[in-house]
Amino acid sequence: MTSSSPGVGLPPTDIRNPDYFHKVVDCQWACPAHTDVPGYIRLIAQGRYTDAYLLNRKSNVFPGILGRVCDRPCEPACRRGRVEEKPVAICRLKRVAADHADESYRDQLPKPATKNGKRVALVGAGPASLTVANDLLPLGYDVTIFEALDVPGGLMRSNIPSFRLPAEVLDREIGDIVGMGAHLRLGHRIESMKALLGEGYDAIFVGTGAPKGKELKLAGRDDDPAHVHIGIAWLESVAFGHIEKIGEKVLIIGVGNTAMDCCRTSLRLGAKDVKVMARKPRQFFKASPWELEDAEEERVEIVINRAPRAFVTEGGRLKGMLFDVMEYEVDARGRITAERVTGEQFYPADDVILAIGQENAFPWIERDLGLEFDKWEVPVVDPATFQSTRPGVFFGGDAAFGPKNIIWSVEHGHQAAISIHRHCQGEDLRDRLPDGQNLQTSKMGMHEWAYSNNYDPAERRLMPHVSLKERFQKLDVEVELGFTAEQAAAEVERCLNCDVQTVFAAKLCIECDACIDICPVDCLTITRNGTEDDLRTRLTAPADNRTQALFVSEALPQTGRVMVKDEDLCVHCGLCAERCPTAAWDMQKFTLHHPHAIDHAPAPAAPRRFGT
Amino acid sequence: MSYIAKPKVAHPQLPKNDLGFTVRDYEGAMSTLCAGCGHDSITSAIIQAAFEQSIPPHRLAKMSGIGCSSKTPAYFASASHGINTVHGRMPAVATGANAANPDLYYVGVSGDGDSLSIGLGQFLHAVRRNLNMVYVLENNGVYGLTKGQFSASADLGSKAKKGETNQQPPIDPVQTLVSLGATFVARSFSGDKEQLVPLIRAALAHRGFAFIDVISPCVTFNDHEGSTKSYTFTRKHAHVAMYADYVAPAKEIRAEYAAGAAMPVTLHDGSRIVLRKADGAYDPTDQAAAFSYLTKATAAGEIPTGLLYLKTGRPDMHELANTPDVPLATMAWEKVCPGSATLGKIQDRFR
Repeated sequence: MTSSSPGVGLPPTDIRNPDYFHKVVDCQWACPAHTDVPGYIRLIAQGRYTDAYLLNRKSNVFPGILGRVCDRPCEPACRRGRVEEKPVAICRLKRVAADHADESYRDQLPKPATKNGKRVALVGAGPASLTVANDLLPLGYDVTIFEALDVPGGLMRSNIPSFRLPAEVLDREIGDIVGMGAHLRLGHRIESMKALLGEGYDAIFVGTGAPKGKELKLAGRDDDPAHVHIGIAWLESVAFGHIEKIGEKVLIIGVGNTAMDCCRTSLRLGAKDVKVMARKPRQFFKASPWELEDAEEERVEIVINRAPRAFVTEGGRLKGMLFDVMEYEVDARGRITAERVTGEQFYPADDVILAIGQENAFPWIERDLGLEFDKWEVPVVDPATFQSTRPGVFFGGDAAFGPKNIIWSVEHGHQAAISIHRHCQGEDLRDRLPDGQNLQTSKMGMHEWAYSNNYDPAERRLMPHVSLKERFQKLDVEVELGFTAEQAAAEVERCLNCDVQTVFAAKLCIECDACIDICPVDCLTITRNGTEDDLRTRLTAPADNRTQALFVSEALPQTGRVMVKDEDLCVHCGLCAERCPTAAWDMQKFTLHHPHAIDHAPAPAAPRRFGT
Repeated sequence: MSYIAKPKVAHPQLPKNDLGFTVRDYEGAMSTLCAGCGHDSITSAIIQAAFEQSIPPHRLAKMSGIGCSSKTPAYFASASHGINTVHGRMPAVATGANAANPDLYYVGVSGDGDSLSIGLGQFLHAVRRNLNMVYVLENNGVYGLTKGQFSASADLGSKAKKGETNQQPPIDPVQTLVSLGATFVARSFSGDKEQLVPLIRAALAHRGFAFIDVISPCVTFNDHEGSTKSYTFTRKHAHVAMYADYVAPAKEIRAEYAAGAAMPVTLHDGSRIVLRKADGAYDPTDQAAAFSYLTKATAAGEIPTGLLYLKTGRPDMHELANTPDVPLATMAWEKVCPGSATLGKIQDRFR
């Protein structure tokens, strides 16, 4: 008989704190906007594309855009990637929802209420500003968006090539927001914050992005400026048709996602030999693995361990670049501990594109407005409220904390919209609604659950691409074709439904071990309590992934031991709950309530809920 | 039971045994027993023990009779041999199988009905022959398949689910076997794998009849107040009389034992069982003392568990019958069956 007193050990896990189950939904936790990923994947599985689109839109506002170009922090986080090799193709399933949603979704968008008399100015028509508009228009705000360019979209439009993100998709999703009644002032660059402040807006939101590409000050940089380009400026010129050609041999300096867009765009403008020059080995690349794959599929060569030393020109014409050949020592934890130069190498080039990062730039904000900037000339912004040091002026997106990505901009926009609303209503910005949760049993019958609980061993579907020959014909041939119906149907079944939570009631447990015996991934253990370090050594299977929580129950009635669940690899098959003779385990659908501006508004603007 | 089978997906870092198998390689078909049945836990303990013993699954032979318990060999070691025999007749069939091929590991799974009622005679005679097998008796005190009547192991005064009281004294298989001089007699509880798994490992290593009586609550018909085979009752009254730590061959005995408190017993394959007394006066190698202890403890309302009686070195069935070293199953046919002329000669000797 094993029996033990509770003794020293972990306190019972507090599952009433919404963060606990939220973290179990790895994708949703990793998503800055906390999109209900398993929720919309189930809707796709049911063929409810429009509902899936709306559920997405509620969190991330731009499902069609993000379904193509999101940085997808959800996918590296996906539990499926730990259980087997490849995560669920979450991002591309989002595109499936966007591709197949029917036009009727527009009828379900929040309707603008009667005007509340408050005027808000948004500077820049990128994802952050558009999200603010999306959240505030239904509450009755009068929203004006100022955009320097002739088209809205910000970097989504100017920096993401159309072969990855077609203009129609941008137009549609931006149109949905502007269509709620925003005043869009295109070709209207704000030259002075002081002047804008003078126009009497109740709040100003700055979503101007990080529009300045970093420079590479090396010998010969200015000898042939016509053939040395700054990546993001060059992409913008291509997007608006100002540049239509490039030389045969092109070198891209830097290996982030902008570099990937630059090399692939070069191939479409006539380049035959494109090399991406990386200072460090592949494990240190900033570009997402899938963007690297897509570039290499197009025969772009990625050269590692080459640090740029000088631009080489002859008679005022660029001939190429000289690089130091680098060697690195890497320690067991994968960090560089030493580097040395082992030689030099010349690479010929007709054009060089610099894609080594970008910065914020605020030449238009006067420095005497009570709006503080730090020593890097970046405005001081509260990370929770997004308010600057001047009340009523808010920042979001890349303009707030430097370059991140679209999905972060969207979440900044949501949070800034809450602040703007509270500011305009004269309420405390910090008094924000906390996240909430709803748990509802998924049990439908003796062995029936309201979700597809069986584990489908299918492998990740491959995204079909347009042939290499065809895609280089024109600049705007979209490379990815989107999943076919069959592929989508197979891919949705790979989702592990991590939002259908294993909820345990200790007082019902008779310690029969049925759940432990049936669990396919051995994530359950009944044992005496202990510290986390101790417990992790005593579980049924190795529990070495410390980023994943251990659930610890209250003391069990018969022996005083505890039920411990290692959340790491649970496939949410529900067999523990099916096998439990006393229903101590139940599978409960977790719904996160992550408040937006509309939730801060007084009734009747109650949040709409899509799907379950 | 479940509609979906246990998915094949497994924890990527599952430990492997000497053969390179994970514990998942010792699983069988999906159980169709009631959710929470003690038998499923015992199945899982057998899987764990076979894995830890690195037994090649195809060297296992699973034997059973009829009853809920006797269904369970289908739920472990799919890649092994097995036969689901007639009610109570598993010991005879196991004897035949063992006679033909003593090189396999025989694991018999039976229940209190199968072993103590219809098959009692078969059971006891297999003990007398010291048949080399592991015999697990999944003991829940009721006939589950026929809706919960008292079985021969139901305790006096214990109550059925509908309220009637059992008035016939039980057959205690442990006391019975100790009195018969069985060579390995243990008792455990389905809800205590820490005890059960080492016992099964030791039983697999033991040469001779290794018997384990496992209290295995019937969640459907015998897990209520008034039952003496419920999870709660067993946990309250089980009393470890003897700890048995199994130590594989060639492994050092690592744990430190106080002098006099521990007794290592070496088995024929070189593995050892370290017997640790929970109760000072008890000697599990002394038949009379063990029997006396068990009767007293049981009369006092305790359920003694652990390895309760162990006798090594007694000849098993093959040694008693002086059979050849080569299994009959693999012997040349002419030798196993030398023909009618030879039979005639043998018969002539008796005329």
